[in-house]
Amino acid sequence: MELIVLGLNHKTAPIEIRECLAFKSEDIEKALAHARTLPSLKENMILSTCNRVELYAVGRQAEKAISDLKSFLSQFHHLPLRRFEDSLYVHTGHEAVQHIFRVASSLDSMVIGEPQILGQIKEAYEMAAGGKTSGLVLHRLLHRAFHVAKRVRTETRIGNRATSVSSVAVELARKIFETLEEKAVLLIGAGEMCELAAQHLISGGVGQVLVTNRTYERALSLAEKFKGTAVPFEEIYQGLGSADIVISATDARKPILEHDQIARIMKGRKQRPIFFIDIADPRNIDPRVNDLENVYLYNIDHLQKVANDNIQGREEEARKAEAIVQQEVVRFVGWYRSLGFTPTIVALRNKFEEIRQGEMEKILSRLPNLSDREKNSLDALTAAIVNKILHDPLSLLKRVKEDGIADFYLDTIQTLFQLPVASPDASPGKDDENPSEQKEKIEDEAL
Amino acid sequence: MNILLFKFGSVFYFLGTITYLSYILALKEALSRIAAKVILIGFALHTLAFIARYAEAGHMPVTNLYESLSFFAWAIIGVFLVINQKYKVKVLGAFLVPLALIFMISGLSLPQEIVPVAPALITFWHPFHVFFAFLGDAIFALAFCCGVMYLIQDRLLKSQSVGAITRRLPSLKVLDDLNYQSLIFGFPLLTLGIITGAIWAEYAWGRYWGWDPKETWSLITWFLYAALLHQRLAIGWRGRRAAIMAIVGFSAILFTFLGVP
Repeated sequence: MELIVLGLNHKTAPIEIRECLAFKSEDIEKALAHARTLPSLKENMILSTCNRVELYAVGRQAEKAISDLKSFLSQFHHLPLRRFEDSLYVHTGHEAVQHIFRVASSLDSMVIGEPQILGQIKEAYEMAAGGKTSGLVLHRLLHRAFHVAKRVRTETRIGNRATSVSSVAVELARKIFETLEEKAVLLIGAGEMCELAAQHLISGGVGQVLVTNRTYERALSLAEKFKGTAVPFEEIYQGLGSADIVISATDARKPILEHDQIARIMKGRKQRPIFFIDIADPRNIDPRVNDLENVYLYNIDHLQKVANDNIQGREEEARKAEAIVQQEVVRFVGWYRSLGFTPTIVALRNKFEEIRQGEMEKILSRLPNLSDREKNSLDALTAAIVNKILHDPLSLLKRVKEDGIADFYLDTIQTLFQLPVASPDASPGKDDENPSEQKEKIEDEAL
Repeated sequence: MNILLFKFGSVFYFLGTITYLSYILALKEALSRIAAKVILIGFALHTLAFIARYAEAGHMPVTNLYESLSFFAWAIIGVFLVINQKYKVKVLGAFLVPLALIFMISGLSLPQEIVPVAPALITFWHPFHVFFAFLGDAIFALAFCCGVMYLIQDRLLKSQSVGAITRRLPSLKVLDDLNYQSLIFGFPLLTLGIITGAIWAEYAWGRYWGWDPKETWSLITWFLYAALLHQRLAIGWRGRRAAIMAIVGFSAILFTFLGVP
């Protein structure tokens, strides 16, 4: 029984291909039902976001399952396999677990530490659970993945700090104003950076947008875009009087805002604090303006430096996160292996117990005059011998790291001891209850 | 008994301070909650200490320097607990509680036995005067701490040194708001403190105002805060200026309390 991950993401496929293979939320139910009909898959799950499309599956035979999954993708999206096969990555076993844990912890995301992916994976899992296409393994795996994500979130500071110039600006604005609601931002000039910063501030909750430009028409069109108000350039001082955040991005050659002007404006504003973001190069705002009380002037280099420091911080935190993921992968794989072991171990113990009981009967019938105490001693002796013999092999089995060797050992044990078990295939949840109980016991030991 | 409770209270304040400092370093939420609970226990013990001392002495225990320091610390912790509930400024504890702790420890270096007291100090008005004055002072202690935090945060933000400290300190707005709120609540209390002080003086010494050093400096302090309040309302003295004034004002309070006979 193999765990399989198959998919593509922003690192392996261009956006055109990702778009073609993405599943719309309405389609997921249908897709899951379709995948369920594939005989090679016992469990499956679909994760589809704007940056990745991944299929998680559990199947008896990895190769067959993988090729079935590829055909499924091709058929469902009406796209020939050769067009996207190069962008696909496939992970099985140990690496599949690692991949899923990393994705859930946002370590595989475009921006490490982003919070959305966890919610997206949870939703994807819920859809699979609802459509009954996930079973014991995916259930355990995904819940473990959520746990890992939570550990990463709480034990590292991976998600804590702003990593783009715009989000740094929002963070700083909050450090000055506490909340952006009811605050006004004034955009002077135009341009991509300017709009991006404005967009971020609006997402952060800014209440009002004012736009000014030497060309009034441009101010109007930008204001419309942000549902704000255009301010004629001659009235820029009124705008400065009512704005709390000012983003300046004009291509003026000399500064358009000087120290003394701003000093007067601050008086008029009764010293209400103001946050200037000077995106322009050469600078629009005289740096001496920062000397004024309650004025905070940042240019793009300052913001970039903070962002870089934060990114570095995230990378250090990412290392810690990878270590946490590794720990959890080992634990999970231990549990997963034990699923395969269980029938074999149970069969082995049963066989030894049968032999022991058989010999106990023989010796007790030959020595009828034994006292109870002597009978118990014999019983304890034989049980101890059996346990000691089994101890080394069983604990070694649990500790084996490579998938291939574990299966080899299991096969060997079944062959050498002629155990009555067909395959090391545990189909928990669907088969009889007894193996599950014993599996629970081994599960608890493993984890 | 009351001294024992006082000491136990101090220990808890100390533990609370350590926990708050750990919180600042590690930024684990749980630490700030534990710290607040520890301080609460200390406060309860401290309150019991008062009640015990009142019972033993037979009068309000605010008659000598030790008792005054204890009461001042108690008021500061009380203010802290109220603000902590309302505003959730988590790092405030790391500033305000050590202040109270300093007063507690200073108190421990003074004689603590209950001694007979001059009759002037056990009149009806004296406890009221002490209560209003110290409560007002405790609120200004809050403003002082917020002022210090404000200056630090302001300096860091202005010089674009955003990092670990700026993340831990509250926003400038919250600090300035607290400064303003302190002024609004503290000033009337201070005024009441001076008025009840004058009434007490009349009962004790037969005159409302004698221009002795304590009274003079209390009045100077009062004028300082009156000016601060006026400037804030009239021309918008806020932010950095207000923070500095909060520090200056509290220094005047300390001087009046401890530096003047």
